[in-house]
Amino acid sequence: MKVRVHVSLKPGVLDPQGRAIHHSLEGLGFSGVNDVRAGRLIELDVDDGTSDAALDEMCRKLLANMVIENYRIEKVAA
Amino acid sequence: MSDFRAAVVTFPGSNCDRDMAVALQKVSGTAPIRVWHGDADLPESLDFIALPGGFSYGDYLRCGAIASRSPIMRAVIAAAERGVPVLGVCNGFQVLTESGLLPGALLRNSAIRFVCREVPLEVVNTDSLFTSGFTAGARIRLPVAHHDGNYFADEETLDRLEGEGRVALRYAEPVNGSARDIAGVLNRAGNVLGMMPHPERAIEPAQGNDDGRMLFESAVRGLVGA
Repeated sequence: MKVRVHVSLKPGVLDPQGRAIHHSLEGLGFSGVNDVRAGRLIELDVDDGTSDAALDEMCRKLLANMVIENYRIEKVAA
Repeated sequence: MSDFRAAVVTFPGSNCDRDMAVALQKVSGTAPIRVWHGDADLPESLDFIALPGGFSYGDYLRCGAIASRSPIMRAVIAAAERGVPVLGVCNGFQVLTESGLLPGALLRNSAIRFVCREVPLEVVNTDSLFTSGFTAGARIRLPVAHHDGNYFADEETLDRLEGEGRVALRYAEPVNGSARDIAGVLNRAGNVLGMMPHPERAIEPAQGNDDGRMLFESAVRGLVGA
């Protein structure tokens, strides 16, 4: 089973990387970009029987830092 | 004075472990034991554990994230919970926040630039094992060299840290965007200190600065007597 874990900074946590991307987009002449937040996408290939609880635990224990990040688990159809 | 039994942990990608070991040896007179990240156990009856700077695991995932889940860290966490003093510098600080031994997190520097220079600091807490030799409010200078030293914690946590005297060091000028200019924090029990500046790079005049020496002297004196 393919699983995508989307990790993003929590609202309110400063994202210097997103800011730099935003700045660069403006430099390229793209107007109307109001904000940019950069995150991380982690793709897992796990056994079909892997439980939601186990996936959740992977995120909480390693893939995301719950002090600064949120995560969203997306199961991808094969 | 009895022997000062210290351990310096090396992770793949640590690069300040030797400096840390030299600093501990010069100040305490005893060479620390070198410990590898894959070891499951620490040496017996340690007085002190140091987590050095560097780029453990190439900063993959998040700085310090993979190192904080390595086998030796289970032993370090258990030792810290028993009260063994633990000092984490730079990447070592990131490992301590990632492991949950210290609150907060270290984000990318607000200006995105890697900062590598000597910075002025204020020693805020002089009651801790690590800072007892400094005078209150002392201004010192220490080198920093990091990309991710921007200390973050929610407002409630920051208030608590300040209220409990757990901010050990503060930048005396803007360096990396850290919340409330925090450069070093203590755990609640006071036996774990994480800091971005490098005291081990400033222990004798040959390094151009010996302001960091007092941190190690404080710990050695506090643990094995003068």
